[in-house]
Amino acid sequence: MTTLTPTLFDCEQRSVRDINIELRELEPGSIVRIVNPKGRHNLAVGLMKHLDITFDGSVGHYIGGLCDGVEIQINGFCGWGVGENLMNGVIRVAGNASERAGATAHGGTLVIEGDASTRAGISLKGGAIAVGGNVGDFSMFMAQAGTLLVGGHAGHALGDSLYEAVIYVAGSVDSLGSDARYEDLGDDDVATVTNLCAVAGFDHIDPQNVKRIASAKLLYNFDALKAQKY
Amino acid sequence: MTGAATPVNAPASRHFPLRESYTFPPAVIDQIHGMAEEGRYEIRGWGAKRKLPTFDDLVFITASASRYPMEGYREACSTATVLGSRHASKPLELDIPITIAGMSFGALSGHAKEALGRAATAMGTSTTTGDGGMTAEERGASKHLVYQCLPSRYGFNPADLHKADAIEIVLGQGAKPGGGGMLLGQKVSPRVAGMRTLPAGIDQRSSSRHPDWTGPDDLVIKIEELREATNWEKPIYVKVGATRVAYDVKLAVAAGADVVVVDGMQGGTGATQDVFIEHAGIPTLAAVRMAAEALREIGKHHEVQLIVSGGIRTGADVAKALALGADAVSIGVASMIALGCNRPSWFGAADAQWVDASADYAELGTQAGYCHHCHTGRCPVGITTQTPELEARLDPVVGAQWVTNYLRGLTMELTTLARACGKSDVHHLEPEDLVALTIEAAAMARIPLAGTDWIPGWSR
Repeated sequence: MTTLTPTLFDCEQRSVRDINIELRELEPGSIVRIVNPKGRHNLAVGLMKHLDITFDGSVGHYIGGLCDGVEIQINGFCGWGVGENLMNGVIRVAGNASERAGATAHGGTLVIEGDASTRAGISLKGGAIAVGGNVGDFSMFMAQAGTLLVGGHAGHALGDSLYEAVIYVAGSVDSLGSDARYEDLGDDDVATVTNLCAVAGFDHIDPQNVKRIASAKLLYNFDALKAQKY
Repeated sequence: MTGAATPVNAPASRHFPLRESYTFPPAVIDQIHGMAEEGRYEIRGWGAKRKLPTFDDLVFITASASRYPMEGYREACSTATVLGSRHASKPLELDIPITIAGMSFGALSGHAKEALGRAATAMGTSTTTGDGGMTAEERGASKHLVYQCLPSRYGFNPADLHKADAIEIVLGQGAKPGGGGMLLGQKVSPRVAGMRTLPAGIDQRSSSRHPDWTGPDDLVIKIEELREATNWEKPIYVKVGATRVAYDVKLAVAAGADVVVVDGMQGGTGATQDVFIEHAGIPTLAAVRMAAEALREIGKHHEVQLIVSGGIRTGADVAKALALGADAVSIGVASMIALGCNRPSWFGAADAQWVDASADYAELGTQAGYCHHCHTGRCPVGITTQTPELEARLDPVVGAQWVTNYLRGLTMELTTLARACGKSDVHHLEPEDLVALTIEAAAMARIPLAGTDWIPGWSR
């Protein structure tokens, strides 16, 4: 039976393992509140159903990893790999995210209201990541599909070895990585950014005034005579 | 100016015979000419082809007066093997200590993967996915299926993770430790591309390092994530290419692995640079003993199981690997050969006829017995291809029977040697059952040279 009142877990009294076991047993659509997370890792991972989970406080690594269909609100900061390999659902971080946010995610939406550290969106395979602030170096390394929107600035080697993924940056970019290039902004891009801003609740980004970064596709096939030039 | 006198009619070969350079023999000259003309370097399949110290350099000193043998063909000799008992609530319980190594759908055809799954199931052992994810055919055919978690994470998803019987985190493989992977465009078919979320036809790279963790301290947390996501049920393997084996094995154990897989430099690949295959990593013979000793040093030998792979061909190889400390072995290239790799003909199951494939080998510039052209996708016998007409040359049911027969033969050879050593369980084989025939093998395997008590580097 669907639980309409939030199920409460206190990390000061329950282990990560206990909480994860109980999360797996909840009915789809259940509402959960997890208090005192205090940087615990690996909470709410591997969930294959819709649960509405709120963390009150900062969390550790891989929160929401390997999930399909969850809705997670983190009222704090988070460690590495938030939403790692997410298949579907929404994860929202009210603060900053550490390294590798949304790594290898296949779908869903990851919203980071603050900054994201290095390697945000690494090996992204689908879905969207919206970062209100800045992203660190090497973000979207080898990203295959999906979208990254950056409301602030991007670090060095942005989009290194991109495949079909697209990056939009409102601020400056320290440098692009191998095979990444700036491209003209089209109507579809503006619509994508507008929609993503609406989903993320960002009103500080002008969708008409972002940079589009995508793959030059010069690395799609090996060429021995280009050795070490990329 | 007058030139030096040249003897008339004197055959040049009398005083100056053709002399091949050891450093620059004709094959090396040809290679350099090719590199000079095209800037090319060789990419190929299979494993190391150079001569290396192998298990053949060891022999068993079987029972006589000082040890009591078991009766061959009669007395029971157990081959039961449990993998993943350290932390997993559902360890793999296998009938034999010979597993099928990870090979991707993409590198291998769907028929080949299905055949390997069927054979492994028939023999009560496991098979392993590869880069690119799990296919329904492979899952359906395999009773025990190990799901690889590779740096690329191509096709890696939680639904398949939950369907897996064990999880193997791949840090590297023996053919190309530290080198990542590649699947050339001719094998990136629409289905393969779809599973990997990539455009069809591109030369696909598999990254050399994981995207969401960096060092062994991070790996502790990554392994915990996978355990939490799967309710601590599934064994977690960590696979490394054999390089700094002692350190890597200890770090894998410290990170929480249930099973460590060590792949020696003879291990195969679907495609990588020849320079990697022949010049990186250490031989399996050295790797197995280093890994076992590392586990002993930290008190985890057999508590954390050790799987060794890379060039395992015979039941003798299996027996020697177990005697040196492995709990199981994994076979890749040998299982492909059992499927018909490098056979001069393929078997048309529909009309039960063998069909000559020598012209197809010739088109690749090779012949049966020498082929390592897995990277081209033009496998003459339907194993390493994504072309439907070629894939049809391997019938998965017939192929499964060949691999089953091969695994049965390996197991028979293994128990034959174990019984003769007086063991009622193949896992009771021990280093003291072996001696070495060469100084190199003695040093690498830490086994005394036959007729002596000398282990070079380890005893006086």
